Amino acid sequence: MSVWILGGTVIDPGNGLDAPADVHIVHGRIAAVVPPGSVVPEPHDLVIPAGGLWVVPGLIDMHVHLREPGFEYKETIETGTRAAVAGGFTAVACMANTMPVNDSGAVTQFILERARLAGLARVYPIGAVTKGLQGAELAEIGEMREAGIVAVSDDGHPVQDGGIMRRALEYASMFGLPVIAHEEDRTLARGGVMNEGVWSFRLGLRGIPKAAEEAMVARDLAILEQTGGHLHIAHISTAGAVELVRRAKARGLNVTAEAAPHHFTLTEAAVAEYNTQAKMNPPLRTEEDLRAVREGLLDGTIDCIATDHAPHHADEKHCEFDLASNGIIGLETAVPLTLALARETGWSRMAMVAALSTNPARILGVPGGSLSVGAPADITIIDPEMPWILAEEELHSRSVNTPFLEWELRGRAVVTLVGGELKWRLGQPLARAEVGDKR
Amino acid sequence: MEFSRRHLLGLEGMPKEEILFLLDTAASFKEISDRDIKKVPTLRGKTVVAAFFEPSTRTRVSFEIAAKRMSADFVTLSAPASSAAKGETLLDTARNLSAMQPDALVIRHPSAGAAHLLARHLDCAVINAGDGAHEHPTQALLDLLTIRERKPQFEGLVVAIVGDILHSRVARSNLHALRAVGAEVRLAGPRTLLPRECAAFAFATTDVREAVRGADVVMVLRIQRERQVGNYIPSIEEYARYFCLREEHLAEAKPDVLVMHPGPLNRGVEIASSVADGPYSVILDQVRNGIAVRMAVLYLLLTGAREAMAATREQLQGIPAGKQRRVGR
Repeated sequence: MSVWILGGTVIDPGNGLDAPADVHIVHGRIAAVVPPGSVVPEPHDLVIPAGGLWVVPGLIDMHVHLREPGFEYKETIETGTRAAVAGGFTAVACMANTMPVNDSGAVTQFILERARLAGLARVYPIGAVTKGLQGAELAEIGEMREAGIVAVSDDGHPVQDGGIMRRALEYASMFGLPVIAHEEDRTLARGGVMNEGVWSFRLGLRGIPKAAEEAMVARDLAILEQTGGHLHIAHISTAGAVELVRRAKARGLNVTAEAAPHHFTLTEAAVAEYNTQAKMNPPLRTEEDLRAVREGLLDGTIDCIATDHAPHHADEKHCEFDLASNGIIGLETAVPLTLALARETGWSRMAMVAALSTNPARILGVPGGSLSVGAPADITIIDPEMPWILAEEELHSRSVNTPFLEWELRGRAVVTLVGGELKWRLGQPLARAEVGDKR
Repeated sequence: MEFSRRHLLGLEGMPKEEILFLLDTAASFKEISDRDIKKVPTLRGKTVVAAFFEPSTRTRVSFEIAAKRMSADFVTLSAPASSAAKGETLLDTARNLSAMQPDALVIRHPSAGAAHLLARHLDCAVINAGDGAHEHPTQALLDLLTIRERKPQFEGLVVAIVGDILHSRVARSNLHALRAVGAEVRLAGPRTLLPRECAAFAFATTDVREAVRGADVVMVLRIQRERQVGNYIPSIEEYARYFCLREEHLAEAKPDVLVMHPGPLNRGVEIASSVADGPYSVILDQVRNGIAVRMAVLYLLLTGAREAMAATREQLQGIPAGKQRRVGR
């Protein structure tokens, strides 16, 4: 079976191509990228018209929480990968804070098996740095590597012990795995629930100072400088942290970083009226930080965009702000929010696609990120202009915790192909999961 | 004056006219408490439920007396002893109470924003009686009423608020209300309890003397022992050494300075006994005014009052418009 994507604009950072082109897919792999109209498809070929649309290497979200095993009431690997393909993502890397924690080859294998059964997006498990995310003893990183992990991270349970972080960087480097760090010094964060500043004072909520993030970034960079390895900084959120990474990169350190769409779209003011949909960790920061994250993306200090997709049940958000769970879903809003950023800042579409695809593929060392001939045909087709309103019913995630509900968005993934197979086509509903309803 | 508010959640953003209207209404209610029979039928048939998720005696009693002097039925739910202990969520508790069709729910809760949460989900009026470190609007209203009885013009008044600014809902409500009515606010406390962001709202200093210099009013906040555990202060004793309001501080204030405290007092900790009991102290006036303010808040929220003040007085029968009783010593 052969597939043609005709009449689109191919934006392929992997090959430095931004031009009108037709894409030919054979047996799940890219067979040709040719000037438009140069080949006529056979009658039985599947033809996807892409006039006015962008054809880009499949988007990769290197930071999601799929919640399975253990928290299937929030999300499953199936519902999460539905959300992924509907948002234009052909692959996601899922964090280890499941129950049981992904700190063993068995859990890694379970996740991969569930992903295979779901048959939607590719799923790359991220293993725990420490057993049970307890921050005390290294997990069996080698065993998990053999089972298929692509990175290690204690994400929401940042490694507080500098000595363990050092060993993790050293040990993981033996397997070529990046250590992904949620940078937060818990002794400074002290149970805070939002950014510390004018808004936390006004609302009477405990604040998380920026220093909690920046002190930890500084620590980990100092360790990295001494030990080597690959440090990847998750969801960078403060101007100071961006500057630390910028300087570290200038010194040649092997550090990479990601930013979440909410951190370049919203500020702490979104918490007004105790909006728990704006509660996340790291918290939404100030206008100055938002600008710094944008600048970091534009100048390449921040390598990629990752959503920190964090589904939570409605009951975990409809409660006192102090008690509400941290995080929002992100897979289905990343494309329009990133397009909005590009429109507002003049960011090139090539760099934007690189941040959503090529760079995360490089950081994780996974296939994808380019439309080279012979590569798996993981392809996203984006309508960069389509206006739409985010409605709860349209979300494919099992949870609906997002501050962007009812937002007027522009731009959307209209087709998602994984290994040449059509996984998402806007207007054609994905088959419903056999498992329960939302919330 | 229109009063179309459904809830009283906080004073931030409340316009001056509305604050003054609340104070006027409260002032007109004070007389009821001086009668032999301290009761008017105004809120007969209305039910007020007080849900207190934090220990409090005086605020609850004050609301209860206010409701009863207006003839409303008043029911108290002390939550730590009831559903919260059984693991019921705040929203479920509130929905259950709401199903019993009260007209108002008075809530005190340790989480900032708890009253906002209920207001979004319940049909009845929600009155915030203190939510975490956020606001305590009726406290600030009674403070303003007390100030206005002695110093009728807010414009240009200098009010120093001294103590644990970071954790104080009383400080926040007063800060917003006083600024709205045109007073100048100064904040003072130890650096650890006086976040830098305070400067966005008012002059802030760690020097009590500087805050009090030339002040018309000094509000002293209660310091809690937990602050020592949290390492905000090394000890209660050291706090007292630098921040206990003493007579020597008042020497720097206006000669007719008023000293206020929301209670309960920690004598010798944040306020010297000689100051608390001294001639400047209006602490007991605050308590008295608390009743009137809460009567006014219940009245305005429960009757959906849209009438002018004159009409308010008529309804109370026999309080001639314009004759306001001035309480003084």
